[in-house]
Parts: sequence; structure tokens; C-alpha cells
Amino acid sequence: MSEPMVRAEQVHKSFGPVKVLRGIDLEVRRGEVFCLVGPSGSGKSTFLRCINHLEQISAGRLWVDGRLVGYRQKGRKLYEMKEREVAAQRRDIGMVFQRFNLFPHMTAVENVMEAPVQVKGVPRARARERAVELLERVGLGDKIRAYPAQLSGGQQQRVAIARALAMDPKLMLFDEPTSALDPELVGEVLDVMRQLAEEGMTMIVVTHEMGFAREVGDSLVFMDGGVVVEAGHPREVLTDPRHERTRAFLSKVL
Amino acid sequence: MSDIRDQEPEPGKAAKSGAGPGPVPPVSAGGPPAGPPVGKVPPEAVKAIPVRHYGRWISAAVVLFLLALLVQAFRNADIAWEVVGEYLDAETVVEGALNTLWITLCSMLLGVVLGVVLAVMRLSANPVLSSVSYAYIWFFRGTPVLVQLFLWFNLALIFPVFDIGFYEADMNEVMTPFMAALLGLGLNEAAYMAEISRAGILSVDRGQTEAAHALGMSGAKTMRRIVLPQAMRVIVPPTGNEFINMLKTSSLAYAIQYQELFLAGRNISSRTLAVMEMLIVVSVWYLVLTTVFSIGQYYLERYFARGSDHRLPPTPLQRIRAQLTSFRVRSKVRGASGEVTV
Repeated sequence: MSEPMVRAEQVHKSFGPVKVLRGIDLEVRRGEVFCLVGPSGSGKSTFLRCINHLEQISAGRLWVDGRLVGYRQKGRKLYEMKEREVAAQRRDIGMVFQRFNLFPHMTAVENVMEAPVQVKGVPRARARERAVELLERVGLGDKIRAYPAQLSGGQQQRVAIARALAMDPKLMLFDEPTSALDPELVGEVLDVMRQLAEEGMTMIVVTHEMGFAREVGDSLVFMDGGVVVEAGHPREVLTDPRHERTRAFLSKVL
Repeated sequence: MSDIRDQEPEPGKAAKSGAGPGPVPPVSAGGPPAGPPVGKVPPEAVKAIPVRHYGRWISAAVVLFLLALLVQAFRNADIAWEVVGEYLDAETVVEGALNTLWITLCSMLLGVVLGVVLAVMRLSANPVLSSVSYAYIWFFRGTPVLVQLFLWFNLALIFPVFDIGFYEADMNEVMTPFMAALLGLGLNEAAYMAEISRAGILSVDRGQTEAAHALGMSGAKTMRRIVLPQAMRVIVPPTGNEFINMLKTSSLAYAIQYQELFLAGRNISSRTLAVMEMLIVVSVWYLVLTTVFSIGQYYLERYFARGSDHRLPPTPLQRIRAQLTSFRVRSKVRGASGEVTV
């Protein structure tokens, strides 16, 4: 097929002396749901954050939609991007955080409108209309004027998804979107994500929800110690892991 | 919204059952003979006689007695109270109070705006900006404000001519007492406001900045739209404090002949020799001004607290009303869960 949505080649990342990523190679195809699993500290969240340049990679190359993330290449030289260019690149990449990170001083609808109005210059009335539509889509049509503190965790996370979708991203990153939720609220967030996957959104999901990965995922990568241990179709990897490390991990979480 | 309403009675219920003396004994505790049998506990609100606070009544009586002594002492003192009354609304005094208010507002405005700018500079990744900010704070926080007032007022001694290219004037004409007071008080205040704002900015969760960046917002926009509004919740209370401080610190400007409240009082007392009387007049005015500002601050804080909590505490008026009714009505449960902000 055409250019992959995300391509990583030998991506390294260290925080001082601590090497978190030690050479990640992978490709995320357009329209697929790509699951990243692994024990905590394996670098999966860090890798996700590198994709929209919240973290700068230390070595290797990372492309999103055929363009280098955070750098421009001229000949053999790399140039760091200016803040404005980085911001422009991030516009097309939605991100959903483990801790929601909704703006607490804004209502749900204001949270969703904020970026389209401030970044894209969409007129307020139109942005509001769209925001209400998105909130309805995630099942929160009646919570438009609620502040985040008045919403449950699951509702907050759905607002966060709507907020990311408001920028019409071509890629969505989910950083353990259900890890901070009460078990009974996990389902409502996964439902929204499942619906999004059915609509053909390219999604990279860091998750511990193996059920979701098996059912919705198109690819799955098991990471440990900053490297990819095993990759393949979720059903294969989850039911018949080839590596000892994967097997050990799965036996604990499944 | 609906489920918030649904949850509403919960804390109320808990408070009611908690206030009573153990309404439901645990079933497994062996059941003391006096305990009511399970299933017979009345479901309505607990009506219990509240704890009597005799200590409060006694201490109130003591305080009132001491207050009466104080009033008596002042009545017998050699104070011409009619002079106090006479000058309380004298034109010079009112004018002085207005000038105090004016210089406070102006220098606080200068201080707050410049202070926020300095705080953002201080936290900037740009080393030039952050060291400029650091040096500014070092100087203006490190020298007394009275000295700074005189420095500005006497600027003509070193720069006789005010010249900024397109505009030129005699420095003594530019540096009026008002101008010197504004610069002296405002620039000094900016140093303190910078530190207060910096604390506010640092108090905002890093995830907020990340979320804004992930949405493609620039650093400046993130600061203005996301971080600063949230920092305000931390910045406003100490700023109100600074405001009240400034109302009083502005009295130092009397030394450079700015016609504020204290100078007005002094001018009158040097003429009439009613020193203590004029000091009382001036104090009354300062108290009035600070009280008005305290009330304003309270409501400003409520505004910036929006979205941070489910419900805000009741305003003093609401609290007084609840207190008054609680003397008559036994159950205080109402006042505690008064309103929900939506």
C-alpha cells in the first residue's frame, strides 16, 4: 500500500543516562488500530509521546505521514523545527492522555471548541456547533455545559476524545486511556474507541486492555526494556506468544 | 447534570446520620439491650439536641467587657471627637482618600501587568529574558520602596531633560509627584507580583501544557488561554493581599508630596494641631478602603474558582443567614449543602 502513517527506524530515547528506547523499528499502516502493550517502564508511553514530539528522540528517525517529526532534513543535515512548525505538525495528531488533562476552567463544550477556534481560527459559532455534535457522538449531548470536575472519569475521557477529534486528526494516539478509570467506566470509553476504529481512524493505543486489543486491534507490538520483543496480529501474539518474555507478561495480565 | 443532582442527597444523608449519636448500632456487635431492634430505626432526619458550647458564651462576655473598657478609656481620653466627626468628610480628606485610591489602582495595575510579564520571562527558555527578569526582581525587591520613591522623584538631578527621541521635556515637569509615586510603587510591586505569578504558573499541572501542545497550540497561546487562567486561582488571593498592602504603602508617597490621604491629614493637623484626631480620621478612611477591597477580593476569588470544585462555599451573607436561622431551627443541614454551581 501507500506510505505508512507512522514509520520508526532505530528510534532511541534517553533521559540523561537512562535509556528508555533502544532502537524501535515499526510501521503503522493507514486506518489500522495499532496496539502497544508491555510492562510499565517498557517505553511504550515514551514512544507514543515521541510521535507528536512531546518528547524529542535521541537517535534514529521517525516519520508521520511521510514527514520527519520535529526536524527538517536538507541533504544530510537535520534542522530542528521552530515552535510554530512543531505546533502545525501536532495539529493533525490527536492525543488522549491517561489522566484526561481536560482544561478544568472550561466547560465540556468549551474544551472541545478551544483548539479549533484558537489554532485553526474556526468561527466560534461553527466550532460550537461541531463541538456539540462531537459530544453527542461520544454520548455526552446532555453534559455540554458541565465542568470537568462535575463529570465522572469515563465522561471526562470521552470529552477528551471529542476534544482531540475536533481538530480532524489523521492519527489518534491513546496513552493508556482507561488506566485511570474505575473498572465499570472502562467500557464506555472503549466503546467510543471501537466506534472510532470502525470509522477507519488510524489509532495507536497503549493499553492494558487485552480484550480490546484482541477484538479491535489490527497489529500488536509487545515492548519490554525499550525494544520491540514481538509483533504481529493481536490474536496470534496474545494466544500464541513466541517469546518467553511475552508469555510471562501475558500470563500475568490475562 | 442529572447525576450530580442524584448524588446531592448523599453528603446530606451522611451528615445527618453522622451528627446523631450512633443511630444504627452494628448488627454483629452483640446488640446491647438498650439498642433498638433492627428495622425499627425511623427513616426521617435525626433530630438531636446540639452540643451546648458554654465556653463560647463565657468568652463572648469577657470580650464584650474588655471592649467596653476600651471604649470607656477612649471616651475619657483627651480626644476632641467632634473634630474627628468634622474632618471625616472634609473636602481635603475625601480628596486625599480618592488620591490614595487612584494611586493604588494605577500602581497595582502597573505592578500586576508587569509582574505577570516578568514571571513569564523568568520561566522562559530564553536565557536572556529570564536573566533580565531575575535582575529586575533582584534590584526592586532588594531596595526599600521609600528609597525608590525618592530616586524617581529626584531623577532630574541626574537626567535634567526627559528625552526619548520624538519627545523632549524638562524632567521636573514630567516627574510629578504622581508620576514618581506611580513608578516607585508600581515598579516595586511588579517585583513582588512576578514572584506571586511565578508561583501561580508553576502550580498548574504540566499535563495541561502537554494537552494544549498536543492540540497544536503555540507556547504563547497555551500560556494565555490555558495556564494563566488556571494560575489565577493561586495568584488572586495573595494579589488581594498586595492590593490592601498597597493602599497602606501608598501613604509613603506623602514624603514626595503626593496629595494622598495621609498627607491630607497631616496638612490639616499641622494647621489645627489636632494630631490624634486627624490620625483617627485617616485610619477610619484606610479601614473603609481596605474593607471594600477585601469584599471585592472575596468575590473575585469565587469567580476564578469556577470549575475547580463542585460547589463553592456560601458567601458571608448566605452564611450569616444560615447562622441566624440555625439558632432557631435545630437542623443545620440545609446551610451546608446550599447551592450547586452550574
